[in-house]
Amino acid sequence: MTDTLVETARGAPAAAPDTRRSGGRTRSARRWRRAVTPVALLVLWQAAAQTGLLPPEKLPAPIAVAQTGWRLARDGTLGVHLLDSLTRAGIGLAIGGILALVLGATAGLLRLGDDLVDPPVQMARMLPHLGLVPLLIIWVGIGESLKISLVALGAFFPIYFNTYAGIRDIDERLVEAARTCGLGQLARIRHVVLPGALPSLFLGLRLALGAAWLSLVVGEQVNAQTGIGFLMMEAREFSQTDVVLLGLLVYALLGLLSDLAIRFLEGRTLTWRRGLQAV
Amino acid sequence: MATRTTGGLSTATRPVVTARNVRRSFGAAVVLDGVDLAIVPGEVVALLGGSGSGKSTLLRILAGLDPEATGEITRAGSQAVVFQEHRLLPWKRVAGNVSLGVPGPGVRQRVAAALAEVGLAERDRAWPAELSGGQAQRVAFARALVREPALMLLDEPFGALDALTRLKMQTLFGRLHAEHGFAALLVTHDVDEALLLADRTLVLDSGRIVEDAEVPLPRPRAVDHPGFGPLRRHLLDRLGVRPDQDGAAGT
Ligand SMILES: Nc1ncnc2c1ncn2[C@@H]1O[C@H](COP(=O)(O)OP(=O)(O)O)[C@@H](O)[C@H]1O
Ligand SMILES: [Mg+2]
Repeated sequence: MTDTLVETARGAPAAAPDTRRSGGRTRSARRWRRAVTPVALLVLWQAAAQTGLLPPEKLPAPIAVAQTGWRLARDGTLGVHLLDSLTRAGIGLAIGGILALVLGATAGLLRLGDDLVDPPVQMARMLPHLGLVPLLIIWVGIGESLKISLVALGAFFPIYFNTYAGIRDIDERLVEAARTCGLGQLARIRHVVLPGALPSLFLGLRLALGAAWLSLVVGEQVNAQTGIGFLMMEAREFSQTDVVLLGLLVYALLGLLSDLAIRFLEGRTLTWRRGLQAV
Repeated sequence: MATRTTGGLSTATRPVVTARNVRRSFGAAVVLDGVDLAIVPGEVVALLGGSGSGKSTLLRILAGLDPEATGEITRAGSQAVVFQEHRLLPWKRVAGNVSLGVPGPGVRQRVAAALAEVGLAERDRAWPAELSGGQAQRVAFARALVREPALMLLDEPFGALDALTRLKMQTLFGRLHAEHGFAALLVTHDVDEALLLADRTLVLDSGRIVEDAEVPLPRPRAVDHPGFGPLRRHLLDRLGVRPDQDGAAGT
């Protein structure tokens, strides 16, 4: 996983795989031009902080935030809290994702499953899952289970709906052709349904990751003793605005890196789609 | 529907497929109203009929794809189907599509041989999306061919191709048939195609086979053979088309 992240972050982003193929120079020129405004804003922010225009307890300078980040990374604080946050996200994603995959596949593949599983899921979808926090606190308390439940809930719906839709949207004619090639039910699922639903599954996974980070942010503000959210809440009490900003930055990076990782995996797995796009 | 499959190689006269009293309706609409047919080994039978006359429905029933039809189908030997659209799996390379569901050893060599026969030996690593329409349809033929079927069921296999490619594919079909000797049911709405390729023509109308006639033309066939015109006119007439009236040749 770490390898994947590093590789994606270093190489060309998966979002623009065709940069090198056509019009590479104008594309990369545009990419640099798009970096101008963010860099200018950073410089402006730094200047405003240094001249005392921005009070440091409201918004410390970007370099101060970077220094704080470096300090907390060196003494290991950041690593400990990051690991706890990642663990919560990982466990929650695994629980919600596997449940969603199983139920989505059941509803997508079997008529009975569709009739029994889909209606309650459709109804539950209407509930904003972050609004469930009070209820969840009553049910599972304010400990780890709360954070993990929130992440699992957030990840469940995108994966469920995209699994379901991915299976339902498969061209029935391809399934029929596979039947004429002598493929039985299981072989059809393996060779037709699964690869056909894969693009949709990836989409679900990306949306689920977004939802998972969001749930984590909310969950970690409730009585956390560790984690990036805890770090931020604690810093707020001592008015360490630089640490609060650092926490935000870490959340943003987590979202960005996980998205890049999924896109990289997607590009590796769905090579056949590149041909489609070229036509 | 009662379906029987008799294994083993058949003798020269035992049909590769027999259909008796096949009926199929969608709701109130009766599409097939008691169809009987038999195809003997090596025979090319063209099934003609207007749009919506039930040709595809009948072919899907013969292929065992329609569990709701009634009647009796008896099959002897294996079948393969080629549809109007190539229906290749976009996520499998050409070779993977051809070998789909092929059991036994030596699959790789058989796939290579089948691709070579349709002239695509070099494209085995290509994705379907990288092929032209004609090439994709040739891969679909290779996918059928590799199964060494006793009967090929072809649902307007050239219908989606441009005129020039269609002519080439018809020639290819003739050559493959001469080499492999499979029986074929060729669904088409193109009278010329039926007369060029088939030993026998069936016309489907109002849910029944209303005509079943040999094509008495010598091979190799050409549209400018003197016997071609009258047969063509007769079939078009059967299909309700008067070429001399509206000038639209073919359907
Ligand atoms: N799955 C289906 N549901 C309802 N009607 C169908 C279905 N398949 C075919 N039909 C109807 O059956 C008739 C024959 O269709 P088809 O066999 O595809 O005709 P052809 O191949 O000769 O053009 C058409 O009127 C069509 O609308
Ligand atoms: Mg049809």
